[in-house]
Amino acid sequence: MMDLAWIEAALVSARPKAVGALLRHFRDLDTAEEAFQDASLRALKHWPLNGPPRDPTAWLIMVGRNVAIDGKRRQAREAPLPEEDRLSDLEDAESPMAERLDEADYRDDVLRLLFICCHPALTLAQQIPLALRIVSGVPVREIARAFLVGEAAMEQRITRAKARIAAAALPFETPGAVERAERLDAVATMVYLIFNEGYSAAGAERDRAALAGEAIRLARLLLRMFSNEPEIMGLAALLLLQHARTPARFDAEGAVILLEAQDRGLWNRSMIAEGLALIDKAMRHRAPAPYQVQAAIAALHARAARPEETDWAQIDLLYATLERMQPSPVVTLNRAVAVSRTRGAAAALEMVEPLGDRLSGYFPFHGLKGALLCELGRIDEARTAFGRAIALAGTVAEAAHIRMHLDSLTKNS
Amino acid sequence: MLYAILCYDSEDVVWAWTKEEEAAAMARLGVVVEKLAKQGRLGPVARLLPTTSATTLRKGRDQLVIDGPFAETKEQLLGFYIVECTDLDQALETAKELAGASGTAGAFEIRPLAVFRPGGPVG
Repeated sequence: MMDLAWIEAALVSARPKAVGALLRHFRDLDTAEEAFQDASLRALKHWPLNGPPRDPTAWLIMVGRNVAIDGKRRQAREAPLPEEDRLSDLEDAESPMAERLDEADYRDDVLRLLFICCHPALTLAQQIPLALRIVSGVPVREIARAFLVGEAAMEQRITRAKARIAAAALPFETPGAVERAERLDAVATMVYLIFNEGYSAAGAERDRAALAGEAIRLARLLLRMFSNEPEIMGLAALLLLQHARTPARFDAEGAVILLEAQDRGLWNRSMIAEGLALIDKAMRHRAPAPYQVQAAIAALHARAARPEETDWAQIDLLYATLERMQPSPVVTLNRAVAVSRTRGAAAALEMVEPLGDRLSGYFPFHGLKGALLCELGRIDEARTAFGRAIALAGTVAEAAHIRMHLDSLTKNS
Repeated sequence: MLYAILCYDSEDVVWAWTKEEEAAAMARLGVVVEKLAKQGRLGPVARLLPTTSATTLRKGRDQLVIDGPFAETKEQLLGFYIVECTDLDQALETAKELAGASGTAGAFEIRPLAVFRPGGPVG
């Protein structure tokens, strides 16, 4: 007997490699997707009877290819489909196929599939839904819910994205080393953005929050194929260490709980262990880059059993490194948090204030400024900053958190 | 006689379990494990982190550290050690020491544990 849930999970996990290989074969996204869909239906019918194939991915590619080719032939000649049994008799076909498709093929296939989804002809609002649909196989209904649009509208967005891609020249040749690195870079950014969509929605919107888990799955997939890329280790570590804190990030009313006030007992220990192991592996390469540095910062938080044990001096240094690699007012703002712990609120405020021009529309800027002013006893100015923050809050949870600060100001003054 | 029971499954599937699926599987296994513990037959139980967290040390004259799990099929799993290490560097140092002492080719895969239960006296 075979568990249906097992088959479904196996189909989801085989999907990126199988659709990627089918895309290389047919050079058309719709055909590749349909072929995988047909193969999946056959798997649901045959695997419970015959047991799962030794290599489910190779099975799905082979069956998908045969079904699609037969479909095309039928369209061309109106010839009947071959008998179902003949079509699915894969016992002999499976092993040579599995041998021919080694990990290196899969690697470029999956990378191409992901890379197509972050094609420059597409907007970000198209890229993420397309990747979720094509690579992860998330149903359109769920993607629509995650992005708070109707199913028909999301279907249309994805169809348009596919049409744009079909019109663009797609890279089907095997990439060279430089090109492969560029693709990997673009794909890593997309995975990071998918994670952020989910991370920022956690606590409030369940459907959107599930994107964080999808992003981790994609990061693990990349890591398995590019096992000696320290920046992919860094990316996966960063996502795992951040996601581990999710159960502690909101109170019962859904308001944000800041890192230092979180119940660390709620943090997911096995995700932390995995994240720490990955950052350890990455550091051995002595090739620091932004994801690794951010993961190292997250690791320092994860390693502190209590907030007082946080190594803020080291975090300050790491943010300074990140500022050099990737200068951005947001990075400086984050560094200011560490500075407020090591050198005090006045020093941190000095760092934060010049960012006002560029971050005037950024919620965390006013939140941090308010907190620092509050610490320095400048209550009226703090109130103004918190007021701005509330006006800019993107979620109810963010607004609720700032309101709590404001309430305590009123109580204490 | 002591027996090791080694667990093989698709990590894609197992590590994508929801909290509920995870809890349900652990509860089912827990019944068996607790029975064995009561009978005094249960030794250490370990659950490994995914293969992506693994590092491999090729033994032999030129020791070589490779990212990722041990992927060859020419060699067989012959045994394992569980060692407390502060970090991967110390784990590698320990593995290199063992590799030097073993005097054979082959490899050590170094993989952190997700769960460890030391177990009672057995054998």
